Amino acid sequence: MSNPAESLYNIRILDEFADKKSIIHDVHPLMKVLTTGAYLLVTVSFSNYELSGMLPLIFYPVIIMTLADIPMVPVFKRVLLALPLIIGIGLFNPIYDKSPMLVLPWITISGGWVSFFAILIKGFLTILAALILIATTGMTRIASALRTIRIPGVFIIQLLLTYRYIAVLVEEAGRVVRAYSLRSAGEKGIKFRDWGSLTGHLLIRSIERAQRVYRSMCCRGFTGEYHTGREKGIGIGDILYFAGWSLSFVIIRYFNIPEMIGWVMMGVRR
Amino acid sequence: MHMADALLSPAVGGTMWAVTAGVAAYSIKKVQNELDEQKIPLMGVVGAFVFAAQMINFTIPGTGSSGHLGGGMLLAILLGPYAGFLTMASVLVIQALFFADGGLLALGCNIFNLGFYTCFIAYPLIYKLIIRKGYSTGRIFAGSLLAAIVGLQLGAFSVVLETLFSGITELPFSTFVLLMQPIHLAIGLVEGLVTAAVVAFIWKARPEIIEKAASGEKLGGLPLKKVLAGLAIVAIITGGVFSWFASTYPDGLEWSMLNTSGKEELEAPDGIHQTLASIQEKIAFLPDYSFKKVSTDAPETEEAWPAVNAGTSVSGLIGGAMTLLLAAITGLIIRSIKKREKASAV
Amino acid sequence: MSHHIIQANNLKYKYPDGRQALNGVAFRITHGESVGIVGANGAGKSTLLMHLAGVLFPDEGEIRIGDVPVTKKTLPLIRQRVGMVFQDPDDQLFMTTVYDDVAFGPRNYKLPEEEVEKRVISSLNTVGILHLKDRPPYKLSGGEKRAAAIATVLAMNPDILVMDEPTSSLDPKSRRRLIRLLQSFTHTKIIATHDLDMVFELCERTIVLKDGRVITDGPTEKILCDAELMEECGLELPLGLQGCPVCGTKKPI
Repeated sequence: MSNPAESLYNIRILDEFADKKSIIHDVHPLMKVLTTGAYLLVTVSFSNYELSGMLPLIFYPVIIMTLADIPMVPVFKRVLLALPLIIGIGLFNPIYDKSPMLVLPWITISGGWVSFFAILIKGFLTILAALILIATTGMTRIASALRTIRIPGVFIIQLLLTYRYIAVLVEEAGRVVRAYSLRSAGEKGIKFRDWGSLTGHLLIRSIERAQRVYRSMCCRGFTGEYHTGREKGIGIGDILYFAGWSLSFVIIRYFNIPEMIGWVMMGVRR
Repeated sequence: MHMADALLSPAVGGTMWAVTAGVAAYSIKKVQNELDEQKIPLMGVVGAFVFAAQMINFTIPGTGSSGHLGGGMLLAILLGPYAGFLTMASVLVIQALFFADGGLLALGCNIFNLGFYTCFIAYPLIYKLIIRKGYSTGRIFAGSLLAAIVGLQLGAFSVVLETLFSGITELPFSTFVLLMQPIHLAIGLVEGLVTAAVVAFIWKARPEIIEKAASGEKLGGLPLKKVLAGLAIVAIITGGVFSWFASTYPDGLEWSMLNTSGKEELEAPDGIHQTLASIQEKIAFLPDYSFKKVSTDAPETEEAWPAVNAGTSVSGLIGGAMTLLLAAITGLIIRSIKKREKASAV
Repeated sequence: MSHHIIQANNLKYKYPDGRQALNGVAFRITHGESVGIVGANGAGKSTLLMHLAGVLFPDEGEIRIGDVPVTKKTLPLIRQRVGMVFQDPDDQLFMTTVYDDVAFGPRNYKLPEEEVEKRVISSLNTVGILHLKDRPPYKLSGGEKRAAAIATVLAMNPDILVMDEPTSSLDPKSRRRLIRLLQSFTHTKIIATHDLDMVFELCERTIVLKDGRVITDGPTEKILCDAELMEECGLELPLGLQGCPVCGTKKPI
């Protein structure tokens, strides 16, 4: 995420998805956060060798994304960008674990490869779940979920302020870097002797901005406390949403559904 | 490096969440007690600054490559440890949500790895110790540089431990450490130099910013005792996880231990696999089936994951394909229903 | 309506770096007046405005809003009466949605949420951007940001509006819209600006600052047409009063 324009676009597009209206968008943000948490826990609790068992977890993102009208392509692109690290670590498994694991009539696959793909799928699903949460909820409602569980206002307001000023400061940093590169022949980054002054100027300007923001907050009666409007209540529907998904996740965790389907398809009985 | 959800076990992820939440709650209390409401917008905007500064490519002298700023140490120096930790947490929350950097379950680990060591270890024990004798460009430079490097080394080591306790990777401990620490020494050097250059610049231009932040708490304000007590708690909790982990996933732990010791004893790569294979045969408790690998999983899932033979493998494959197909069909059905609803509504 | 009178007596203020920004500023502004404050960069305009809103406090002299002196103690009262619009709307719009931003002030005064909502809706309606209430600020255009910043102040129901460069970085159409909007307000208005043409249209009275002092204070028409005085203070005649760049003829005053 070293490209300012790209990272701003990233935030912007997810905000735009969060602005849409759908059944999923209407669910209480806290229940969505909890559902995401349950999903993540169940996903990572699958062991490295339960490749087929974790596949039904894909239903969650598919259903949410279609119900919430979130296009697949831009979200999947984001997931792919985050995967290389997981691949990097995961690739050590096939190197260190060469014991045969999956024996198919035409090929034998080692445990390392199975666990590599398991890590890959887990990475894909967990990253997707986080993106889906923000794409259907948005930062403002995530903050209201945090307030519902009584996270202190100090933390929430500075989280929101950070989020708010990313757009402003990233643009500013982009302008500074552009101005720098225009005057430094062919240099790709910032030269060592300019590290301090370039970044430092940007920082001083940010600190001055913080002071102006503080003043404008004071002018509107800020005294260190963050007051919010009424939070949306949690309805029965919201609780059912969480309970329903959690139950499905547990079922997926304890029954290897794909294998059951496989047995039925092959007409083999245990 | 950011820890990723996929490399974590629920136990390690959950514990680190709890530890981080504890540190954050304590920090919030401290920040509220300071009663400096001006600090709140400062934290917010400087957090956004760290985000923006991460976009800047710093050319590393003598190489063609470039490095980035992480920001943990800079935040501690500018805001003090408590506000610095909270601000780093905010930055990481936003990164996890919008950029899928790390992940939500790994957030606890990441805030701890990148925020705790910098703000509560490197800052008081290194930066403030060096600065104690008074400010000078040299001391500020040395202090920030060293603190940033140490902070990142500790963070990287923490990543190794968290990954190994999770038991997801087969990477042996020693290899992993040998891989992570040098890489993060290089990253830390860039991080430290950028931090030092910025802090030294600000100190020259606007000394009050740097001095005010540090005057908030004297070295005595964050005594060694407290830090050590905190660490002890962390150690106990981590130990707790370790043992919990050990009792819940005995095979997984055994495996990572065996792998590690195997690596240490035998250097020839073929040797490792031979030993491993023989160990596997010994502990394979379902020798009749066509897989020789013990599932690293808890016993309850054994029913869900019956012994694998060729038939099982094939059925798993077919079933998996069917599942994905069904998921796709479900998506298409929902989409077409929604379209019809929309059409009828218009 | 005596409580809307703004009285400044011998204001002096020095910044921590030693710069004397205000050096004995005095004036009296009565209810419903529109006053333009003009002067070159660094003349002390912004510093003066900060004093009016109680963001900075004078080293010497005092400011009274009605019968109340501006001190740390009276701030809550002062800040309800004086609404300050900052130069950069990005400094004023610090929340994640326009609605929350406009509601920030009323909520700080712990008004019931129904009243907060009423005020937010009516303020946004006044500035004509009710349809943008759920937008994040970074998705607004320059003119919309300015309107939102003004709405955040209006929601506090102030009697006095203090504005720092309200027309800076606006395109001509947005600037025109803003001037019309400000014309429709009945508040006492104090506007610091370099946009002399706006002062000419909007303010019947002008105060000229130079080096932290009031150089002149009087009817706008008289002051802004005084080419010599304008030159001396680092300003120039409003464009509307200058010669036509094509044919060179002057507008009759």
